[in-house]
Amino acid sequence: MTIITILGFILVLIGLWGMLTQKNIIKIIIGFSIVDTGVHLIMVSIGNLKDRTAPILDKAVDKTEALTRVVDPIPSALVLTAIVIGLAVTALMLSYAIKLYENKGTLDISEFKELKW
Amino acid sequence: MVKKFFVLIILVFFAVMLLPFAQDVTPFKELSQTATKYVKDGPDELGGANLVTSVIVTYRGLDTLGEVTVLFIATAGVGFFLRREDKRKEKKKRESSQILQSGSAFLFPLILMFGVYIFLHGHLSPGGGFQGGVVLASALVLLLLSRSATKINDTVLHLVESLSGASYIAIGVLGLVLVVGVGFLDTTILDLGEFGRLLSAGAIPLIYSFIGLKVGAELVGIIDNMRKDQS
Repeated sequence: MTIITILGFILVLIGLWGMLTQKNIIKIIIGFSIVDTGVHLIMVSIGNLKDRTAPILDKAVDKTEALTRVVDPIPSALVLTAIVIGLAVTALMLSYAIKLYENKGTLDISEFKELKW
Repeated sequence: MVKKFFVLIILVFFAVMLLPFAQDVTPFKELSQTATKYVKDGPDELGGANLVTSVIVTYRGLDTLGEVTVLFIATAGVGFFLRREDKRKEKKKRESSQILQSGSAFLFPLILMFGVYIFLHGHLSPGGGFQGGVVLASALVLLLLSRSATKINDTVLHLVESLSGASYIAIGVLGLVLVVGVGFLDTTILDLGEFGRLLSAGAIPLIYSFIGLKVGAELVGIIDNMRKDQS
């Protein structure tokens, strides 16, 4: 395992801690974003190969030597997808937060007791 | 206090659960089998210099279609939640300073051009439709922030979004209809052209342009909805 993988896992744990302990809804959303970033880091680090360059062919990386020079393009593509989805989900959560604030006048999660049992 | 203790326990369990996975992740020495195929055959099959783009637009084109759909659903959700009443009180806002206005007027066309550049060159250089769309949206966000009187025409926004989305699907269907042997979302329906030129790689630049326009329009829609809601 590499240092980037470990950092990714640490970020996931930090984000999880934020989601579990914070009372402010905006802070919970920030915690979610941190988990998101951590997962992206892990995925990128899995696809990374040592001493290799980005999977883009140009003058520096010829078509013939691409197999030994570039990193795995699939995790990069997956992370690109995941970033866009994460953005959309964050926007949706923030609009939930706006609506909740309009209804209750507060962003404290412990004030919302309707679904508690 | 008890709650904090539980949170700690949950985190420790989670860390213990992740630990074997973290240890098992051994960096590969070679490309995996799928990646080998993509890297070896990709440039000749599809003509794109950026292999990530080849994977996203063609090899995993269906996933990208799903991704665009998720983005659309999220935008629709934001629009639904932040739907505002029509008779909102126009608060008189202070005009922004001259420096901000001139600066944003100077930067706006440049950022717009940069966004178009990014998604047109998606098959040659780092970047692509999603990134270019975000840059496009950032230009409009700059305008919205620096001039509070700016109004975005919803009809044009929806028209751009739905037309580019429909064109994306249409190009995908063309792959089924036009040539025998190629499938849905195949980008080889157009001529591959010379490797490394702007007009090459078949339909990849076309598809990425549509994705860029769609993503840009959707993100501007999200920001516009959030802004209108608080005025």
